Amino acid sequence: MTLQVVTGNHAAGYALSTAGEANRTARGAACGIYPITPQTEIVEYVAKFPFSKGRVVPVESEHSAMGVTMGAALGGARSFTASSANGLAYMTENIMVAGYYRLPIVMVAVNRTLGPPWNIWVDQGDTLMLRDFAWLQFYCEDNQEVLDTTLLAFRLAEDHRILLPVMVCMDAFIVSHTQMETDLPDQAQVDRFLPDLDLKHRLRYDEARTIGGLSWPQEGLSMRLEIDEAMGRVPEVFQECRSAFTEAFGRDPGDQLQTFETEDAETVIVATGTMATTAREVVRHRREAGERIGLVKLKMFRPFPQESLRQACRPASRIAVLDRNYAAGSGGVFWQDTRAAFQGHRDDLLIQNYLAGLCGGDVTPAVIEQILDDLADRTEAGSPAWIGIDEHSEVPV
Amino acid sequence: MSATAGKLEQLPGLPCTEECLLRAGNTNCGGCGMSTGLTMLGRALRDAGETCTLVIPACCGIVTAGAFPTTSYGVPTVATTFASAPAVASGLASIRDLNGEPGQVICWAGDGGTYDIGLATLSAAAERNENIIYFCYDNEIYGNTGGQRSSSTPAAAHTTTTPWGKAEDKKDIVSIMAAHRIPYAATLSIAHPEDFADKIKQALSMTGMRFLLIHSPCPTGWKSEPADSVELVRIAVNSGLFPLYEVFHGLDYKINVEPDGTTDPADYFSRQKRFHPDEIDLEATRKRCENRFNQLRALARINLAPVS
Repeated sequence: MTLQVVTGNHAAGYALSTAGEANRTARGAACGIYPITPQTEIVEYVAKFPFSKGRVVPVESEHSAMGVTMGAALGGARSFTASSANGLAYMTENIMVAGYYRLPIVMVAVNRTLGPPWNIWVDQGDTLMLRDFAWLQFYCEDNQEVLDTTLLAFRLAEDHRILLPVMVCMDAFIVSHTQMETDLPDQAQVDRFLPDLDLKHRLRYDEARTIGGLSWPQEGLSMRLEIDEAMGRVPEVFQECRSAFTEAFGRDPGDQLQTFETEDAETVIVATGTMATTAREVVRHRREAGERIGLVKLKMFRPFPQESLRQACRPASRIAVLDRNYAAGSGGVFWQDTRAAFQGHRDDLLIQNYLAGLCGGDVTPAVIEQILDDLADRTEAGSPAWIGIDEHSEVPV
Repeated sequence: MSATAGKLEQLPGLPCTEECLLRAGNTNCGGCGMSTGLTMLGRALRDAGETCTLVIPACCGIVTAGAFPTTSYGVPTVATTFASAPAVASGLASIRDLNGEPGQVICWAGDGGTYDIGLATLSAAAERNENIIYFCYDNEIYGNTGGQRSSSTPAAAHTTTTPWGKAEDKKDIVSIMAAHRIPYAATLSIAHPEDFADKIKQALSMTGMRFLLIHSPCPTGWKSEPADSVELVRIAVNSGLFPLYEVFHGLDYKINVEPDGTTDPADYFSRQKRFHPDEIDLEATRKRCENRFNQLRALARINLAPVS
């Protein structure tokens, strides 16, 4: 293990490559790659990695990048790729198929604003539009978490009880291009953590089976139900993978839902990615001033950890959900699922949505202070509140 | 409920037996050229002692498989998204080669997936010279969706989206593929089974990207008699409407069947109700065929050898 100062993209590229290399004793590794700002450095890292048994295919589009990656996975190889924003939109058809094929692909997604208007800064709307496909989604707040979660993702995805692809997400530039101290495990450690991939339903040249063809409603229904059952097993298998990771690397990769000072918190902030980092600092300061406030960081968004969220917010009376995304005509995506988690359980809870940092806007401690002040003044929840609009010096109520 | 992904484990994985590329019992239309093409492909593979994995995008070719858990294909098969067959095949072929395994990775796609929505993917796979064989069964129509125009639909053909006849001529896909300087590009006709088998044999003897275009009658879309299918594509070859030729490395052209000088293209049009006789300019058609053949003959005479 070496402590190095690297970017989030470097950490992701390192994790994908060493994970692929770890499968050299089995069927190898392969992926299709295509550049897009701000993830390009990830695929560049993968492209120059000297795989002992692997192939990196530089293709003509994101759609084909996932196509090649799926082909490799269908052949039983460890497979992965990376993308962002409109690249994910272009890849979407095959992203969906990867889930329904039940392929344990790992994709690192750097969250960037979907254009137009064109902008390369952070917004989580790109991966959140993919929430309903059969992918697991994790949102990370720093480089170490990106590396650790990416490695863990392979073990989780490839577990025979899961067999679903995993998306590991990080904020554009704030994580992808920021250099931080990161523990980079050596190859031998990764080898020990990741067993050889044994994909039972892969295509074999001497066995006639048709994958992904037509089905009648009853069979289609069964396949969807199996995905739901696999999703249901994720929390438990995640904990097993987390323990194995801690044992192999000597550090905790973090829980699927992470709480900070929520034990007696009347007010809870629900946040993801780097907004959680900032919110944690604000919570720390307000705690010092005697306020009963806490933070829930949603690391895992698919499957959605409903029960853990309800537990974490047991003492709370009001929740601010920070959404760096906007589902047009509705509100923030994290807010929708948060409300759904409490519906019928805690109808007394005030859950207010704050659309903050959209299209790459900064979410500073002052912004979160502003949100908390607004929340404190509320007697009931309103429609999603837009934060950072220049014409309004105050939060619209 | 099951503790593991049960359905995945239960997928029928039968041993590949001889003569079973396309098993009996599929639901394809009578007179379907694609079905005949699959049978011929299966025979050629068997004769060569080869196995294959089929990669099939959205098209009649995947409907052929039937509904899960049954399949009409006696070889490993994957259904891909419409534009993705060459990409998925690239991944599969990479892993086959990394593991030193036998068998061809074969894309089996219609003209929609080849000329239109899949062209960028195909072009990229050709440019990378992926080690795959790509078959396009060209029925000149979106057959699976009920007969809409594709860029392979010939001029004057009536389709549901060109209700007054198509104004534009068919795209020359073989020239496009040859321009990628891939090892092998060829046209095939189910009316010329020996030539068909020879070309598959030729393709099997090579590595890298091999592109084979099959003129594939579709009685449903062409509004022709199922029993006429083979005869129609025979007329197409013998009249010069569908030249049978090969291109090696984008340089070396070889014409396999010359027009016989007696077969009239008029018969081709009159036996398909997708064409209206009064809308066909036979003189211009004959001239276009002649031009194309003169061009092919000139290319064949140059006879350039590739630089290795």
